[in-house]
Amino acid sequence: MAGNQEFDADRAQDFRVVGTRPARPDGMDKVTGKARFGADMNMPGQLIGKILRSPHPHARIKSIDASEALAMPGVKAVVTAEDFNADAKDRDVLTNIMARDKALYEGHAVAAVAATSRIKAQQALKRIKVNYEILPHVTDVDAAMQPDAPILHDDMFTQGLDEKPAKPSNINARHEFGHGDVEKGFAQADIVIERDFKTAATHQGYIEPHACVANVGADGMSELWVCTQGHFHVRSQCASLLGMDVSRLRVTASEIGGGFGGKTTVFIEPVALALSRKAGRPVKLVMTREEVFKASGPTASSSMRVKIGVKKDGTITAGEASLNYQGGAFPGAPADFGAMSAFACYDLENVKAVAFDVVTNRPKGAAYRAPGAPMSVFAVESVVDELAKEIGMDPFDLRLKNAARDGSKSSYGPKFGKIGLVACLEAAKAHPHYAAPLGPNQGRGVASGFWFNFGGETCSNLNVNEDGTITLAVGTPDIGGSRASMCIMVAEELEVPYERVRAIVADTSALGFNDTTEGSRVTFSSGMALIKAARKAKEEMCKRAAMMWDIPAEAVYWAEGAAHPSGPNAGDFEPMTIEEIAGSAAKTGGPIAGHHEYNADGAGVSFGTHIVDTEVDPETGYVKILRYTVVQDAGKAIHPDYVEGQFQGGAVQGIGWALNEEYIYGEDGRLQNATFLDYRLPVASDLPMIDTVIVEVPNPGHPYGVRGVGETGIVPPLAALANSVSAAAGVRLTDLPMSPPKVLKAIGATKLAAE
Amino acid sequence: MSGIHVSTTINGDQIDYVCEPEETMLDVLRDRLGMTGAKEGCSTGDCGACSITVDGRLTCSCLMLGAEAGGHEIGTVEGVAQGNELHPVQQKILDHAALQCGVCTPGIVVAAKALLEKNPDPTETEVRYWLAGNLCRCTGYDKIIRAVMDAAQELRSA
Repeated sequence: MAGNQEFDADRAQDFRVVGTRPARPDGMDKVTGKARFGADMNMPGQLIGKILRSPHPHARIKSIDASEALAMPGVKAVVTAEDFNADAKDRDVLTNIMARDKALYEGHAVAAVAATSRIKAQQALKRIKVNYEILPHVTDVDAAMQPDAPILHDDMFTQGLDEKPAKPSNINARHEFGHGDVEKGFAQADIVIERDFKTAATHQGYIEPHACVANVGADGMSELWVCTQGHFHVRSQCASLLGMDVSRLRVTASEIGGGFGGKTTVFIEPVALALSRKAGRPVKLVMTREEVFKASGPTASSSMRVKIGVKKDGTITAGEASLNYQGGAFPGAPADFGAMSAFACYDLENVKAVAFDVVTNRPKGAAYRAPGAPMSVFAVESVVDELAKEIGMDPFDLRLKNAARDGSKSSYGPKFGKIGLVACLEAAKAHPHYAAPLGPNQGRGVASGFWFNFGGETCSNLNVNEDGTITLAVGTPDIGGSRASMCIMVAEELEVPYERVRAIVADTSALGFNDTTEGSRVTFSSGMALIKAARKAKEEMCKRAAMMWDIPAEAVYWAEGAAHPSGPNAGDFEPMTIEEIAGSAAKTGGPIAGHHEYNADGAGVSFGTHIVDTEVDPETGYVKILRYTVVQDAGKAIHPDYVEGQFQGGAVQGIGWALNEEYIYGEDGRLQNATFLDYRLPVASDLPMIDTVIVEVPNPGHPYGVRGVGETGIVPPLAALANSVSAAAGVRLTDLPMSPPKVLKAIGATKLAAE
Repeated sequence: MSGIHVSTTINGDQIDYVCEPEETMLDVLRDRLGMTGAKEGCSTGDCGACSITVDGRLTCSCLMLGAEAGGHEIGTVEGVAQGNELHPVQQKILDHAALQCGVCTPGIVVAAKALLEKNPDPTETEVRYWLAGNLCRCTGYDKIIRAVMDAAQELRSA
């Protein structure tokens, strides 16, 4: 994607605020416990909602009888599928938030209750009688693709085939990307390696469960307080699901306790609204952790085959990937993104990636940081590592020889613009980490990763207050410090101190539509909107100064937070500060503001390269991480602390995916580990410090060169860890997570083979 | 249902409340007393977001009943700063940008303060093991560990 040429290289030479590390505006409230997250809000007279969920992975709902529950004291409303708009735009979401004919996974919502207390609501759930007809289920992606697999949706006919299939299946779609002729390419190779890989489904693992408070008035005027990455999207989905006008629903985004893609859609919000509409009182609904695991949106599990051919000189002649992703009970596994990302780090003549989006009896997946990319890149980067060993080439040299560069035709179609992959690879290769010695049972792994990044619909406001301070309103929830970055960019542009600018996340009634905080888009899109808004405000302030000086507006320029006459010819005036201009605004035309609304283009793709050292205990299979380094292109780091934070957080989520985390299903189709005890996120004692190197290859599509940094960091770790552990254990590991039993088994198998 | 009357001390203030037998201390703090600094991340004692101190001892408030607080000294995140003066742990978390979403931060603040009161000169490994009961999904812990080590140093030199 080209985007406009926005980057101003001269301007970037003398940033004064950009690149500094000031305290974030919401920090004080967060260290003192005052910040209000989703579950921290209460409304007067509120009821508590609870959701009844299917205990069966697949069952026909023959009847629901809530009469006993409704008769209980304190129970004010019960809702089922009938209480939602059957003509809602997104039928999958409609069916996911409340099962209609069938429960499609363990945890699928079937009914909900609002009562005067949590305990009463919980008791009422037990009195709702649901008559289920249990159906056969399938939770594994490969099993779900078999012709005799239990079918989830009778109307699912695989899309993307030359002909519509005769029979329905669990394969929603086939996607294919690539160019050239892979067979020809493999014929040119000296060595071809083909391997099968598996990754488990993982959860975003945000510490704050989904929470909201809904209030629907008798006149339909409604409000919703919710922890979400995208309150405008919540508004639009809820309005459609409830059959109400968008203007009737005002959504306020609370502080958000993590999302990572998992809070980009709705689960409980429409249910709370439906309960409130029925009960005539506000309803608070908060998920338990078990509900988060079973009924929010984890990411896909995958089963993949990757084949790559290389010449002895290190030229990769062809790459081919076949990817099966299951994304739960509805279409939308990020198989297409997986196929597009798989070979994105390489400039290949012959490349082909085919992906299948498969449904199973698991919760409907949601986005998870660079959705779809970590899995396919894990497979590709593992094979590349093996090939480097086969031909006796340094893994960085092999990658550099074949790396995507400025102008390369990407493996998914478009030509890359200015990109930072080579810069990352070179920085990683030169890093002292790469030259450090290793001990026995230790191994080093490297891998690169890619993410597209996104721009999207954005609407931001800037107001110059009467004392010359600045208030910013953005429509993109701040999930990792973005308010600080917004203030930095505006302070830079207006040349005022950072402390004079405050950013807030405005509710849906205050701004035009904003896309969700996703796709690593906020610092890029909302930031660029605010830079443009600040430029408009500057222009207006110059005009106001010109008016007061009685000279032409063109004869005034902005510098050091003040309007200046452009030269002696323009007039001999002392600079007029932003405070003075703002203070006399009433006399010069009224309030001074800037705003910008657009569909942001030119996000600029992002690459990163990771190095990790591990030690494998041959007795237990336990993997200890000794050292970790993240190198990633940020374009321009606006607030380097939070850029590093994204790198580190992404890396550690990837570490969890590689080593510990997995959705474990039993034969009964039920999730076996729906607690933080059994689904193990990395904890502080599992990890070393995560070193970071910020590479800055400016994105031409942003005035300051910003590229999104949020997602790429989770892409390389799966392969980096697999390469490191494989080197340490002396055996190639292809099945994630590399939990101790699996590592031990792999070591045992090689030992056995050697004997 | 008849509630249980509890007389306790929270952040040095004498507090009385009535709660149901099944209510956790976390429920009482959040729903009855309006002290929402402690967060419910799991309700099984695995995430540490609800950390409080009971007579100085670090505790998951989701694993304690509200009825058990009688006669004890409860400490919550709301009591860590003295008025507008932040505790060094809080200040260093800000200085090191050791938070992203901030939902685990109250628990980290309470836990880290409890550590430094017990062990003013912890090694990095000791900090990591002490905080192993406080999940953070955003930061990868790096900046948190640095902030706590830095706070420890400042407290020692104070």
